[in-house]
Amino acid sequence: MNHALRRALNAVLVAVGLAIAGAAAAQQRFIVMASTTSTEQSGLFGHLLPLFKQASGIDVRVVAVGTGQALDMARRGDADVVFVHDTVAEEKFVADGFSRRRLPVMFNDFVLIGPAADPARARGLEIAAALGKVAAAGAAFISRGDKSGTHAAELRLWEQARIDLAAARPAGYRECGCGMGPALNMASSTNAYLLADRGTWLSFKNRGELKVLVEGDKALFNQYGVMVVDSARHPHVKQVLAQAFADWLTSPAGQTAIAAYKIGGEQLFFPDATASGRARGGKRAEVARP
Amino acid sequence: MSPPLLVLADASVRFGTVEALRGVNLKLRRGERLALVGANGSGKTTLLRLLHGLVSCSSGARVMQGGGAAPVVAMLFQRPFVLSLSVRQNLIVALWLRGLPRAERSARAADALHRVGLEGLAARPARELSGGQQQRLALARAWALRPDLLLLDEPTASLDPSAKREVESLIEAIAAEGVTLVMSTHNLGQAKRLAGRVACLEAGRLVVDLPVAEFFTSTLPPAAAQFLKGELPWA
Amino acid sequence: MNTIADSLGLAAGLIVSFDAALWRIVGLSLRVSGTACVLGAIAGLLLGTWLAVARFRGLGVLVWALNTLLALPSVVVGLLVYLLLSRAGPLGPLGILFTPTAMVIAQSILVVPLIAALSRRLVLDALRDGGDQLQSMGATPLQAGAVLLVHGRFAVLTILLTAFGRAIAEVGAVMIVGGNIDGVTRVMTTAIALETSKGDLPLALALGIVLLGVVGLVNLAVGAMQLRSPLAREALV
Repeated sequence: MNHALRRALNAVLVAVGLAIAGAAAAQQRFIVMASTTSTEQSGLFGHLLPLFKQASGIDVRVVAVGTGQALDMARRGDADVVFVHDTVAEEKFVADGFSRRRLPVMFNDFVLIGPAADPARARGLEIAAALGKVAAAGAAFISRGDKSGTHAAELRLWEQARIDLAAARPAGYRECGCGMGPALNMASSTNAYLLADRGTWLSFKNRGELKVLVEGDKALFNQYGVMVVDSARHPHVKQVLAQAFADWLTSPAGQTAIAAYKIGGEQLFFPDATASGRARGGKRAEVARP
Repeated sequence: MSPPLLVLADASVRFGTVEALRGVNLKLRRGERLALVGANGSGKTTLLRLLHGLVSCSSGARVMQGGGAAPVVAMLFQRPFVLSLSVRQNLIVALWLRGLPRAERSARAADALHRVGLEGLAARPARELSGGQQQRLALARAWALRPDLLLLDEPTASLDPSAKREVESLIEAIAAEGVTLVMSTHNLGQAKRLAGRVACLEAGRLVVDLPVAEFFTSTLPPAAAQFLKGELPWA
Repeated sequence: MNTIADSLGLAAGLIVSFDAALWRIVGLSLRVSGTACVLGAIAGLLLGTWLAVARFRGLGVLVWALNTLLALPSVVVGLLVYLLLSRAGPLGPLGILFTPTAMVIAQSILVVPLIAALSRRLVLDALRDGGDQLQSMGATPLQAGAVLLVHGRFAVLTILLTAFGRAIAEVGAVMIVGGNIDGVTRVMTTAIALETSKGDLPLALALGIVLLGVVGLVNLAVGAMQLRSPLAREALV
């Protein structure tokens, strides 16, 4: 009986050892990128990352969470590069010394989604006015409430509409503390209004009676930035590989790839990495394909 | 007189507030066959466990006698506990627990199974055996250890008459090899058949301790006498 | 109920078409949860048996703690393991966050209380029947525990299958420590969560059906193994 037990224990130890070794061996050319669920769900990465892999041989492993969590991950050093869409939070990240610089990459836009019947009569208005109507009508409105880039944008828009959520919360306002997809699910099943990024909306399949009611307002533009985590702060970060990614994203090749991504013939993201932005970013590191 | 094996000197056993045995004095000799009788709750099981060493005295002493190695003790209970393994494997486990090497375990298991007549059922799941067969397995398990002392707690109480007879004859055979026997029983006929000495317990005290012939013919203390009367008819 | 009908069709289609991505995800789920159960079994059975046979002050507190941990939410386990394995945490230098190894660790921690609590109950009950006999046969408390685990091995198997079910069905822990990285740490449950949040409900449900089917096959295999042994057949009665 002792003999069998010993053999079993050996087998287990070998298996665990192999698992750890396997993880170590896979420490090859890959980086971990913290990004947002909305960006991943738009399908952009499925289109972009294989192109980057082809060009550089580097695997990008995407962990998609909310903007707040993504930046927190990067602060802890659990990611090599961060790609989110909350300029204010990103600039603070750089100011706090976790990254040397922020590079603008692209923008997409938010849209106001609502029931086709549009009880608040918000259709076609400018976003500030539209939100005012939604509040006045007490119509159901779903907020992500999760400190994401989308949530931050939504809060700024309420401010622009001169509505103080803390003091005078609109009657139908609901916070779900969830990602874009679940929020859309909720809006779809309760016929509510909500602010969504166009990318997630275009690939969302459970629309019910929801339609785009407000779009194109300058205030709805949503800027994305990429930041390489500073290896001075976290020595283990794969600085060279991560920088290669950031450089590629902002290079003509990467920017073209971004513009080429379409859902149903519609372009989702509009590249806007400027030459000066790249210059500020410093010399591009040459990465040879193995 | 054969040498003493085990002595209890004014031994008491207490569980919490309950005194299960009080001031028991007992001298057990090698090769003796002692029957313990008494009402339920009189302390027979506790006395057996004390003799085994499974419980210790809260006062008084339990002393092993004689030089040499500590005596090997085996015990049987009223309801035999067999593992959900084969008959043979049950024996192997018992021998393994005693630290015997593999070859010897095999040999002793085969021998013990043969002695109790269970070799034909060696591969059967032990739980499938009848009550009598399981008790024979328990005896084989005890026998395989070559015990110096065999303790039995009402071993045939839950068996039918033919199974009773089988088990009794096996106990007799073991005793005939010189193994010291202490057996508790409600069955006075059994006590008469198997024992050389009978002790009666009442409320934790040893009230009678006589050779078997005298036990059944003497005037007994009132409590013991009453117990005996209550037990007739004979099995 | 259209979604459910759609899902059944989708599930059948997925299985028949042998979608490579799907089977990679299924394989990873099985490997992660299977390994977690093996590791959890070793720790859990030891702990449970020890708690059944041990006698010391404060044992009651330990048992209370164990029973409380049965309700540990998987997302909390995920969070704790994340903090442990994060670069900012004590085991950061190991660099195993966002790998299957981290997922195995989290799920092992998740199933240990379950296995320990149930095996403790099993051994305790068995001790009531056979504790005296085993003690009289010279077994130390741990030996008695081990023998009784073998004695109750079919119940132990059920305990392990329960643990496996808990592990393979959970999403909170593997999502946080694995990151649901496509091709690396995406398992059945995180894939289902992803498809749900994308609004692709039929696909999400179809994946759920596939998951149940896979676990069903595992149980079939275990059951078949049991039937081969006459002792097992007797235990099934």
